[in-house]
Amino acid sequence: MTTTDALTVRRNELVRGLLDILPADAVLHLAEALRPYECDGLSAYRRLPMAVALPSSVEQVRAIMRLCHRLRIPVVPRGAGTGLSGGALPLSDGLLLSLAKLKSILNLDPVARTARVQPGVRNLAISQAALPHGLYYAPDPSSQIACSIGGNVAENSGGVHCLKYGLTVHNLLRLEVVTAEGELLSLGSDAPDAPGYDLMALMTGSEGLLGIVVEATVRLLPLPERAQVLLAAFDDVARAAAAVGEIIAAGIIPAGLEMMDKLAIQAAEAFVHAGYPVAAEAILLCELDGTNDEVSEHVMQVRQLLLRCGATEVRTARDEAERQRFWAGRKSAFPAVGRLSPDYYCMDGTIPRRRLPEVLTRIRELSVEYGLAVANVFHAGDGNLHPLILYDANRPGELERTEQFGARILQACVDAGGTITGEHGVGMEKIDAMCGQFAAPELAQFHAVKAAFDPDGLLNPGKAVPTLHRCAEFGAMHVHHNELKFPDLPRF
Amino acid sequence: MSRDLEQPIAERVREAAAQATPLAIVGGGSKEWYGRTPVGERLDLAGHAGILNYEPSELVIRARAGTPLAEIVAVLAENGQRLPFDPPAFGASATLGGSIACGLSGPSRPYAGSARDHVLGARIVNGQGEVLEFGGQVMKNVAGYDVSRLMAGALGSLGVLLDVSLKVLPRPACELTLAKECTAGNAIAAMNAWAGRPLPISAAAFDGIRLVMRLAGAETAVHSAAVRLGGEAMADGERFWTELREHRHGYFAGEMPLWRLAVPGPTPPIDLPGKWLIEWGGGQRWLRGELDPVHIRAAAQSAGGHATLFRGGDRNGPVFHPLVPAMLALQRRLKQAFDPAGILNPGRLYPEL
Repeated sequence: MTTTDALTVRRNELVRGLLDILPADAVLHLAEALRPYECDGLSAYRRLPMAVALPSSVEQVRAIMRLCHRLRIPVVPRGAGTGLSGGALPLSDGLLLSLAKLKSILNLDPVARTARVQPGVRNLAISQAALPHGLYYAPDPSSQIACSIGGNVAENSGGVHCLKYGLTVHNLLRLEVVTAEGELLSLGSDAPDAPGYDLMALMTGSEGLLGIVVEATVRLLPLPERAQVLLAAFDDVARAAAAVGEIIAAGIIPAGLEMMDKLAIQAAEAFVHAGYPVAAEAILLCELDGTNDEVSEHVMQVRQLLLRCGATEVRTARDEAERQRFWAGRKSAFPAVGRLSPDYYCMDGTIPRRRLPEVLTRIRELSVEYGLAVANVFHAGDGNLHPLILYDANRPGELERTEQFGARILQACVDAGGTITGEHGVGMEKIDAMCGQFAAPELAQFHAVKAAFDPDGLLNPGKAVPTLHRCAEFGAMHVHHNELKFPDLPRF
Repeated sequence: MSRDLEQPIAERVREAAAQATPLAIVGGGSKEWYGRTPVGERLDLAGHAGILNYEPSELVIRARAGTPLAEIVAVLAENGQRLPFDPPAFGASATLGGSIACGLSGPSRPYAGSARDHVLGARIVNGQGEVLEFGGQVMKNVAGYDVSRLMAGALGSLGVLLDVSLKVLPRPACELTLAKECTAGNAIAAMNAWAGRPLPISAAAFDGIRLVMRLAGAETAVHSAAVRLGGEAMADGERFWTELREHRHGYFAGEMPLWRLAVPGPTPPIDLPGKWLIEWGGGQRWLRGELDPVHIRAAAQSAGGHATLFRGGDRNGPVFHPLVPAMLALQRRLKQAFDPAGILNPGRLYPEL
């Protein structure tokens, strides 16, 4: 029997089993129906799964996992499919499990300040539901209109308010998780903590490798009385970076602190007309929130401080409309840069903030070396850098050059004491870069953790943590050519 | 004093693993009474000390596990910063490693986050004597499983902490403590109602007589919030919270067993006989009394929480809340993944771990 035949037999077996659990319209297996699931937000990697299952209850999820466990079929969970690292890239011999139909807000308790939601609920929908109570859900990844809370848990998503309000892991109380065997487990609790090991820490950001999140209880915060944004222009990136350190040294923790470089400023301005100073080398957006008095006090302090740090111009948003406009430029930076070039590749390294000038210099050198332009968008408060490499996938070899360039940026982040991913996850995309960040014993420990949850390796296998074998091959390349490559990733 | 004992510590763990000798990991010994009775040969971490990196503007401190907690707190204070989770020391000898291994947090916990929330990275020795590093010194890092935060509260049973990186924050410009006499029920309701408003609350407790709340932030914000909250300003507010955190408050005196119930904040007063003290906006409740553990655990559980025999009582029996079988089995597999020989603080958390 050929491999294709064997795959067909397995597919038929899987689909038959799924049809015992789900209605026919919740089981997809024809090529055209599978197409929308071939990739997530990282569209450079595409693959069709064997089938897609769309359960609408926790019991169905459990039955599907029991079926796949019995048939030894790997399962790739998928939320809204907005991930940027290929974490939901299907496996050609696996099931794609979409949690999109589990989209109810089960309970919102304004006194306890919690919301119990199904995994397919959109991030922003939680804040919208909490609004009448003067509450909101703090983590706000830029995809918050579309991304779902289940995916946020899988990626430990951040956003522009992380420095002050934390990541997903800081805003979760409890998770209901279906294991690889189909068991339902409750992690965390409605109390401030839970007995035993802190599995919430482990599950959050585990990229679908440890369990399927079927319910999350999140913490809600009171909406701040007031938020105010300052925009500062600088004629030098290093001065802008220094100003960030000064704000924090003054004892002020801004709700948001974002930096954009010249190319990003110009792209955003051309796109949304935010009123950005296009001649500036860098701008800082600093949002201060809190009580009315507190914000007034901090706005004065930060304004003076920015001018002292060499800002050529400091503007305070006059009203809510202008505040929204200042943010619109930043929030649309990715698509704005996308208009400058047929394709762009978004990186996601984190560095200690003080190393920013040297890392940016390094990125500029590499930009010249590879002949590819880069726009930089930076969550300056928490050190999370998003260089956007501009390229044209239709030019032969340019995607490969872009990926090499990207890998060297990530290595520069690691060398500066940072990490290869601040918030987008490893997924499929940075699987080889993991070899540069972790040594074999750490990777072996990760695999041991995985085996404790999923002994048969059926949950999203091949993502997030590279095998030692893969790194050994990759490491050898690293030594011989002194450059990073993605040798065995599928190219489309 | 700064000293690097990483290699001898790792070597000691390797030997112990080879001979299946249990190790009792000790930092400063200030919390030896916490958890189940330690067993095994003593592995001292106090000598492995020193602050490795502290950049105030990065809001990160990295220090070896044996570094005295007091030293860290003092160095941060010199730079106008603090550990936001305000850990209890329970003694002058407390170390950073012990504090993180116990995973305990102070009065600001519900508003500023827990010990585990502030862990950014950790270097550990696993049960096979391998030195491993997870996380880092940056705020955002999603590469690999979050093993460093898993270490918080694991009581050393998954790995010996060598050094820890923590997020730190500026000290608030102004703090003010207010007190008002009321009933427990009214105190719980008030704490939760205020916590849902945009006010700079940084601690809330009920000491049996008074609702005591702390405000922290910009001076103008603290004073305008104080007007809204009402109550009387406490002159020795800071001392009140320190004594509460360190269990030097009169409530904690005596040898009667001390139970900790962690429950959802708004839970009404729990109907169990004994003396109560309520912290964390209702989320952490202390109970003194010679009560049947079964009743205490059942009450905590039916409220959606769990109960710990925090101090006193039988330290050889169950101390932490029993886990359901499937959860215990998973935690046991996790323990084996880090410590296959079962030598790191065995039984300190649960007999099976």
